[in-house]
Amino acid sequence: MTATPKIKSERGRALREFWFYFSENRGAVIGLAVFVLLIAIAIFAPLLAPHNPIQQYRDFLLTPPAWQEGGTGQFLLGTDAVGRDVLSRLIFGARQSLIIGCVVVTIALIGGIVLGLLAGFFGGWVDTVIMRVMDVILAFPSLLLALVMVAILGPGLMNAMIAIAIVLQPHFARLTRAAVMAEKNREYVMAARVAGAGHFRLMVRTILPNCMAPLIVQGTLSFSNAVLDAAALGFLGMGAQPPLPEWGTMLAEAREFILSAWWVVTFPGLAILITVLAINLVGDGLRDALDPKLKRS
Amino acid sequence: MIRFLVGKLAYLIPTFIGITVVAFGFVRLLPGDPVLLMAGERGISPERHAQLSAQLGFDRPIVVQYWDFVTGLFQGDFGTSLATRRPVLGEFLTLFPATVELAVCAIILATLIGIPLGVFAAIKRGSAFDQISMGTALVGYSMPIFWWGLLLIILFSGILGWTPVSGRIDLLYFFPNGTGFMLIDSLMSGQSGAFRSALSHLILPAIVLATIPMAVIARQSRSAMLEVLSEDYVRTARAKGMSAWRVVGVHALRNAMIPVITTIGLQIGVMMAGAILTETIFSWPGVGKWMIDSISRRDYPSVQGGLLLIAGVVMIVNLIVDLLYGIINPRIRHS
Repeated sequence: MTATPKIKSERGRALREFWFYFSENRGAVIGLAVFVLLIAIAIFAPLLAPHNPIQQYRDFLLTPPAWQEGGTGQFLLGTDAVGRDVLSRLIFGARQSLIIGCVVVTIALIGGIVLGLLAGFFGGWVDTVIMRVMDVILAFPSLLLALVMVAILGPGLMNAMIAIAIVLQPHFARLTRAAVMAEKNREYVMAARVAGAGHFRLMVRTILPNCMAPLIVQGTLSFSNAVLDAAALGFLGMGAQPPLPEWGTMLAEAREFILSAWWVVTFPGLAILITVLAINLVGDGLRDALDPKLKRS
Repeated sequence: MIRFLVGKLAYLIPTFIGITVVAFGFVRLLPGDPVLLMAGERGISPERHAQLSAQLGFDRPIVVQYWDFVTGLFQGDFGTSLATRRPVLGEFLTLFPATVELAVCAIILATLIGIPLGVFAAIKRGSAFDQISMGTALVGYSMPIFWWGLLLIILFSGILGWTPVSGRIDLLYFFPNGTGFMLIDSLMSGQSGAFRSALSHLILPAIVLATIPMAVIARQSRSAMLEVLSEDYVRTARAKGMSAWRVVGVHALRNAMIPVITTIGLQIGVMMAGAILTETIFSWPGVGKWMIDSISRRDYPSVQGGLLLIAGVVMIVNLIVDLLYGIINPRIRHS
């Protein structure tokens, strides 16, 4: 009965300690603020966007931004080649990017953790087979492998997400395996084993929670990688398909106008850069806050 | 050392087999009949279908097909391109020097800027220089390079008119393809302006391809240098009264560079992925653009061969990096 509040206060202390180290990194806090703002934009996109992102205003093709000559207040950041509002497409594009990041990291994390746990816990031939397969995946340049997989599965956002998740997944498997191998011979694991815990409980309840720190950091980095890779696939015509407002696909459609309409090229790329930068800032902050080696210095 | 080398090579064999299985499985995993897929929308007559199936070996058991595929590889047979009817290996080797030239220039650029940036940031830890350079590095690391390339084209080709938009050299110049590296060939041709033209075509793609590696190298150099600067032997060297530059240049830098060299080597694989985007944006006639073109025109033998060859190149480069690491760091070799 008395154990629950104690655990709670322990968790609260750990959280406070984490926030103390995390908030020391100003960049990380700014990154987190931008990321939260992006989530809000994505959630409230229908309320925030001034226009329907796929509505074509045929009288306003390639209208410049409002502050430039020829621009109109109706389309703040201008319109694209078929007269769609750039700002509204950017706002709805935040949804795609965040969904891509979440789905990819979830698939890669679950896949990587399961394979890494199995490899690290059982060792022997299980370990050999799993890790050799991971080596093979890592031997290919990630974007190339994702491209080829999308060529097999067919272009589209879902297939692009699956391909990117498969490509990113070995990093999680390697990290989990290394952490499990470091932990599995510790005394607390022995104690749990002696107390009669089965394989599943040992892996998931006893060992895994103690391997989470590097996985969280890797998860953040993978999130930004996923956003970048999905945009790259979109740019190459293998990711999200038009008229879906995805930032990489928007850039692909804008390519032929780079010398005549700077705004259709500049804004989607800026959106990708800001998103990825914010996530990487958070990732750096998390690494500093969760890495005990850095804490002491 | 030989044991170390043999160990590394033995480790590569399963990876190599895995790569061949992936490349082999690629065409077979495509939904539907591969011959029909290759024929595209024009369709194909039943006779031609049977003939192509037999020619490509699709009518035989899968294990036999795989065996033929692998033995073919050792005889230099990587298949025949459907688009050009030329051997895939020949196509690859024709285009590969362009990619190597771009990648080498990019890695030199990334190293020459990245290492000093990281080292000085570490020495001046917490200063404005440290913050600005590491902020820039993080922006570079987060950069969607396909967008970055377009921005540079807008600025340097569109507004300033300094550099051409695409290609490797102006059509005005013609000289024999000696080394395959345009910078060297143009210099050796003796034609005035040829080298300048080659360089002006190369500079923007090289900057774009160098951006992410430069950021990674700068960040890695900084953290490696910081770690080394807190070591006892650096403190001892300082206590002995050595000048700050001697401590950094002789004692700290040499040891800090060991992990940085590995990082630089690992960037080669990253660069092969970057080359796909960079070459597409600048119409650079290398293997990255060739892969994209092959995928979009459903030239599956080229995609299969290219996948295998690129993975092979990355694998060999990683092996060389591992070996170099073993040479400069004896602790790894003997562990």
